[in-house]
Amino acid sequence: MTTLGLTPSQTVGPFHHPCLLRDDARRNVLVQSETAGERIRIEGHVYDGDGAPVTDALVEIWQANSYGRYHHPADQRAVPVDPAFAGFGRSGTDETGRYWFETVKPGRVPYDGNRAQAPHICVTVFARGLLNHLVTRLYFADERANAEDPVLERVPEHRRATLLAARAVVGGVVVYRFDVILQGAGETAFFNV
Amino acid sequence: MITTIGAIVRGERDVFPPYLYVAYRSTILRSPHQPLVDVPLTLSELTGPGPAISAITPEDGDLTRNAGTDGEAIGQRIIVTGHVLDEQGAAVPNTLVEVWQANAAGRYLHQNDRWPAPLDANFLGIGRCLTAADGAYRFLTIRPGAYPWKNHPNAWRPAHIHFSLLGPSAASRLVTQMYFPDDPLHARDPLFTAVPEAARPRLIAAYDHDITEPEWALGYRFDVVLRGPRATPFEATRESRR
Repeated sequence: MTTLGLTPSQTVGPFHHPCLLRDDARRNVLVQSETAGERIRIEGHVYDGDGAPVTDALVEIWQANSYGRYHHPADQRAVPVDPAFAGFGRSGTDETGRYWFETVKPGRVPYDGNRAQAPHICVTVFARGLLNHLVTRLYFADERANAEDPVLERVPEHRRATLLAARAVVGGVVVYRFDVILQGAGETAFFNV
Repeated sequence: MITTIGAIVRGERDVFPPYLYVAYRSTILRSPHQPLVDVPLTLSELTGPGPAISAITPEDGDLTRNAGTDGEAIGQRIIVTGHVLDEQGAAVPNTLVEVWQANAAGRYLHQNDRWPAPLDANFLGIGRCLTAADGAYRFLTIRPGAYPWKNHPNAWRPAHIHFSLLGPSAASRLVTQMYFPDDPLHARDPLFTAVPEAARPRLIAAYDHDITEPEWALGYRFDVVLRGPRATPFEATRESRR
């Protein structure tokens, strides 16, 4: 079997905005009026090792719909597809390092034949100074299923809190706050995937 | 170039750059200090936005005429084409390729790029297209110029085009840069040299006279290899080599 060498990663640099965040490429709002599920807002800041906001980052998310099904041909389970939900978000960060998404809380997806994963959102961070993107997951701090999540249990216990988004209700909107700390105190746990 | 190279790498160490590469100063405060957590690839990583987003994104592959001005960009007209493949050599069809680049004078149309090189009203420097059934993509553009940056004294980025690919799954996501052959700035560029030496040639397009079109444009070939649908965890990849 042929095995080709992978193409190496390079930084997204400081000038990606006009391309990757143009009007029809930016995807802060994942929901439409017909989308099924509990509306939530995901919001957070990206900080560097000095605690300074990262103002030129790109944050992407990927998640299952509210039933726990991915909009993807590799997910063929008998769980409903939501035609009004693709599950992909892409946000820049503003001058305070803030990114945001309007989405729905994802359902649970399987880990293997026996176990389910806790609801989670895959998060990818790109920025000037990141020669390769960073991969992590957002979990919901108020989810009991976190205690049995097979991926979260691989994360050293003292670092798990960095992946838990806290719930708040702000002006009637359910907001989960998820800061990404690239380096230093409270550094987000990143994955080698 | 003397530099401190960090030990934290996502993916294969002989392919991917480390997060910390001191010669590239922006890595110093943005690179994680804690080891990455090895986790298995689950359904969440073996699916991804590529198929759904590629299906709804319009193509816009002619950067020489997509500024909406009816005018043509100034510069050496080039064709950049190649195939998007997985490690097994299988084509990655219908996948979105997004590109951005400086103009022929080496300036980006971006509020933070203010060095004194001219802007070109007929050049936005952005484009996107989908790969065909055989994984082929193609852009018509102009050759970007080199440009200075403030990383170190007299620092210049070699001419390059940024590429972003969603690929078939979240595990295949890639952002990279394509460089041009025979550029004396490569060895002086810490973004390029952050890549392990053996893998650096994969970032350099090849001049291909069969792609060059007479009386029209010079041709460059740049293939991209992504992790495919049978991606295995990076952890297992490393262990299999021991």
